[in-house]
Amino acid sequence: MEQPGRPGLIERLQNRARRGLVTSRRHLGRRFVIGVPALWLAVFFLVPFLIVLKISFAEPRLAIPPYTPLFTWLHALPIPKVHFSGYLYLFTDPLYLRSYLYSVMVAAVSTLLCLLIGYPMAYAIARADEAWRTLLLMLIVLPFWTSFLLRVYAWIGLLQNDGLINNVLMSVGLTGHPVTLLQTDFSLYIGIVYSYLPYMILPLYANLEKHDPALLEAAADLGARPLRAFLRVTLPQSLPGIAAGSLLVFIPAVGEYVIPTLLGRTDQIMIGRMLSDEFFDNRDWPVASGVAILILLLLVVPIVLLQRVERSEFEAEAEAQAQVEA
Amino acid sequence: MSRRGLFSRTALVLGLVFLYVPILSLIVYSFNNSRLVTVWDAAHSPTLKWYGVLLSDGQVLDAAWLSLRVAVCAATTAAVLGTLAGTALARFGAFRGRSLLLGMTTAPIVMPEVISGLSLLLLFVVVQQAIGWPRGMGALTITLAHVSFCMAYVTVVIQSRLAGFDESLEEAAQDLGARPAKVFWRITLPLILPAVLAGWLLAFTLSWDDLVISQFVAGPGSSTLPMVIFSKVRLGVSPDVNALATLMVSVVASGVIIATLWMRHRQRRRERDMQLAAAANL
Repeated sequence: MEQPGRPGLIERLQNRARRGLVTSRRHLGRRFVIGVPALWLAVFFLVPFLIVLKISFAEPRLAIPPYTPLFTWLHALPIPKVHFSGYLYLFTDPLYLRSYLYSVMVAAVSTLLCLLIGYPMAYAIARADEAWRTLLLMLIVLPFWTSFLLRVYAWIGLLQNDGLINNVLMSVGLTGHPVTLLQTDFSLYIGIVYSYLPYMILPLYANLEKHDPALLEAAADLGARPLRAFLRVTLPQSLPGIAAGSLLVFIPAVGEYVIPTLLGRTDQIMIGRMLSDEFFDNRDWPVASGVAILILLLLVVPIVLLQRVERSEFEAEAEAQAQVEA
Repeated sequence: MSRRGLFSRTALVLGLVFLYVPILSLIVYSFNNSRLVTVWDAAHSPTLKWYGVLLSDGQVLDAAWLSLRVAVCAATTAAVLGTLAGTALARFGAFRGRSLLLGMTTAPIVMPEVISGLSLLLLFVVVQQAIGWPRGMGALTITLAHVSFCMAYVTVVIQSRLAGFDESLEEAAQDLGARPAKVFWRITLPLILPAVLAGWLLAFTLSWDDLVISQFVAGPGSSTLPMVIFSKVRLGVSPDVNALATLMVSVVASGVIIATLWMRHRQRRRERDMQLAAAANL
């Protein structure tokens, strides 16, 4: 009955079933590869923020856990009990506002310093010979692999009153008595710039390394002085690198805890320290959560910007690669 | 070129001095006999006294053991999860929720640690209230907390490694009839194995070094090595910490140097092989 050359109905069904099985298994595999890390991050990254948000609207109490529930139950009906006292406290006490503004200022100045120091360094590495480049990059990355805490600690020994820097200053006669360097804005900036400098240099290097030297030669041929060529050609091209590096420094610096605790002023604390003190010393979980939410609100725009910059850099790279291959 | 080159080169040298002088000072003063870290006791130095003090300090050794266990577990879990996420981001094209996954994997890298620490602790407290697990804070909660930010770094390493490979090998295997899982095990994974290893090492270091997040989720009774160091140095400089720093820096530096030499050796061999292959073709 069957026409020759055409697969029978049963065969066709079998084929379809086999295809279906293969695709569904493939979908299962894809779902597993995407789903497992996504689930992990949802549980350990997204949900915790919702809990922080929830607790920021509670009131502290002497119990376990030390905050009021968001809902009370009345005849099986949840009655929300939202408290704004934590936020009210944060907005009315000038101590918090000052600490918030101080943190933003410290992070901004540190970012600028990292840029001013890191840009020429990244530039020099990008223009170095191939053989040197590997070594120099390794020297920049190496501190990443050594303990951040111990590197900050090293500065205490250098900056304290009888420390290395004061000893050198006094022995060459620049000063008769030790200069207070530790627990000042100066030592705080030293610590932050020192710790975050590689985060500025690496994205800048990645950008500068891709520049075509022919453009600078062309600018020179057309009579541009080196400085002008730099300002008109190199600098505009490196803006994505500057943006990525600056955001990588600014965002974590705002909430920095270790450096201000070890090197910073004692009369003016940063917001990350404030959060930690509220939580551990005052055991005020709602206010600590409120501080976290306010830091997050401040950082949402920079974080989104960073992801946009990184994505466009990534895509530009993929595009360039595709062009090279084609 | 020359004048501007001179300026940026000078900046580079000064910058490297700035990066390395503190580390070198830690190392030098670890061999100092004096209790005052900054006064060089020339009569009795160099000495290994502080290394002895360090290695007989039970608190430091316990903390180091805890940190080691946490770092191995966290890095291994993070390497698996990060490899999955990096593969999904680099190879699956535009799937639903891709930008969310991308956002969730990059945000923990820059998130201020106090926020990550607080939010994870509150998560553990709430879950504990609800289902009675995890029982108390300690090694388990520290490990879980570390996996999340370590995994972000592994993902970035894997993703950029995969972006550097074109998909032709994987496509060829698929055309020859290999199932996706087989393609992954036989082609993709061997290609990215160095990246997985590098990611594991990075995750291990990050976990080993972490202070702030651990402080939030450790609970009383369990202290990681950075927590012990922090409580020591908050009270001022202490020479046995210098000894510890020297040990850690030497391990890392020799590891990085060996890895770099090995990679250079491999690259040279590959270049030679390619030259030989080219010569054979002629």
